[in-house]
Amino acid sequence: MKKDILEYLEHSAECFPDKPAFEDEEKSCTFKELVEAGRVIGTELAGKITMNQPVPVLMEKSVDTIKLLMGIVYAGGFYVVMDATHPVGRLNSILETLDTDILIYEEKNEALANELAFTGRRYARGEFGKGEADAALLADVRFRLKDTDPLYGNFTSGSTGVPKGVVVSHRSVIDFIDCFTDIFDITDQDVIGNQAPWDFDVSVKDIYSGLKTGATVQVIPKAKFSIPTALLDFLDERKVTTLTWAVSALCIITTLRGFEYKIPTSIKKVLFSGEVMPMKHLNQWRQYLPDVTYVNLYGPTEITCNCTYYVVDREFDLDEKLPIGKAFPNETVFLLDEENHLITEEDKIGEICVSGTALALGYYNNWEQTNKAFVQNPLNTRYREPIYRTGDLAYYDKDRNLCFASRKDFQIKHMGHRIELGEVELAMNRVPEIIRCLCMYDEKKSKIVAFYQGDINKRDLFRALTAFLPEYMIPNAYRQVEEMPLNKNGKIDRAELKKLYFK
Amino acid sequence: MEELMEILEDIRPDVDFEECTTLIDDKILVSFDILSIISEISDAFDITLSPADIVAENFNSAEALWDMICRLRD
Repeated sequence: MKKDILEYLEHSAECFPDKPAFEDEEKSCTFKELVEAGRVIGTELAGKITMNQPVPVLMEKSVDTIKLLMGIVYAGGFYVVMDATHPVGRLNSILETLDTDILIYEEKNEALANELAFTGRRYARGEFGKGEADAALLADVRFRLKDTDPLYGNFTSGSTGVPKGVVVSHRSVIDFIDCFTDIFDITDQDVIGNQAPWDFDVSVKDIYSGLKTGATVQVIPKAKFSIPTALLDFLDERKVTTLTWAVSALCIITTLRGFEYKIPTSIKKVLFSGEVMPMKHLNQWRQYLPDVTYVNLYGPTEITCNCTYYVVDREFDLDEKLPIGKAFPNETVFLLDEENHLITEEDKIGEICVSGTALALGYYNNWEQTNKAFVQNPLNTRYREPIYRTGDLAYYDKDRNLCFASRKDFQIKHMGHRIELGEVELAMNRVPEIIRCLCMYDEKKSKIVAFYQGDINKRDLFRALTAFLPEYMIPNAYRQVEEMPLNKNGKIDRAELKKLYFK
Repeated sequence: MEELMEILEDIRPDVDFEECTTLIDDKILVSFDILSIISEISDAFDITLSPADIVAENFNSAEALWDMICRLRD
């Protein structure tokens, strides 16, 4: 039985020592080199951190980054990748939650690293990886490491305005990746095209499928997703076979009509998640690449990547719903109604709940939110069985496949990002001119719509929001109102605002 | 040109489209912005962009965008 993900890496390094494990636009490293770099960095870091200490990493995805991440694991810590394009306030809030005394940044982010309200030690990435590995020290750390220890933390939007850090253990990742690579037949013959940024758990499937099977991971630079010709050239030249992408990234190719330029014939598998796949786009993909396996994946970060999947096995009409399918092995995915009764019948809507090894350890340093979302299975009164309540509503279709219905609350999916509209509203309320505000989502146009009362134009408001919110959370449309319409309970009248927007 | 500026400012009110000539090179526009711009200008100017048009040279400034729109309208 595997205890930690380093066993994946070391096994592949034995089988395929000189094969590239990760490649980005400039650099490449083999499995053997990745082990060596990880051990050297692990040795250097082991004296600087304690077991299970979070190590925030202010770096973009790259060969240098994966070496560092493996080093952090060899040192007994867990990593938290942070996006340097996020506002300083948000990065500070993440660091505050992590309450750690070390931060590693890549050289181009030095000014930003120094700007952060962080009192611990700051290291440039280049300070690591030059020494030698200490086998005894690494063996000692390894002996102490256990499978329920955290491997990574991912921060997601929180409705209270504070991002929540989901921490996931080695065990959950091994449990998921073993199933994932088996079911979708990912092997050393595959080339994985990594789209997802590494502060996002979609990337976990790329990184660990590669480490486990010996498949090469091609790290696709973010900028390529603005220029379709460059993106398709990259996929074609690097002979990418497997895309585990956010829905919005797949839609970029079809929206920008990329296949009219080039069809990357090496592609064999396309797996997507993050939001509902628009059928029009899926059908276009299938038209250009008919022999590819398409898989709809569903699941929030809190249950380690995905908990259900549906292999697209037939044509779907434009008005048909693509199911999210059935549970991955070794976890229970079930529906509960509002009174916590189990739903088994067709077409009845309930909240998706998950139990099993897949469950994350919780939200780091946040007991309140952890206890709210990770609760005892109400169907089990006999022993401890934590479940995660996703807040997503779904129903069974006639083939017993689960189908996504909607959200229970005001969380939305926008460009593959999970966003609490409450967090956007809180940021708007921090702008002094704002008197009242409310956000909603225009799904048709994929726009976050902000209604506000207050003496500020949309340009100044947008600029003010960039201080608090990452790019993808900033509203895309603004409607200034004289006064917020209220319903008879004295609450802002959503229906009235909706009318105003859509008229 | 005026209509284009309105579209651009609507999508990214924080960017100075009058002055900036490195919208792509300096990663000021992200992929979502590009998608929005393409969808809006296609409707507004009744043009169809091919993948070969979506390159940095055509999107680095408002002026480059306008030149492209004029070319495609002919």
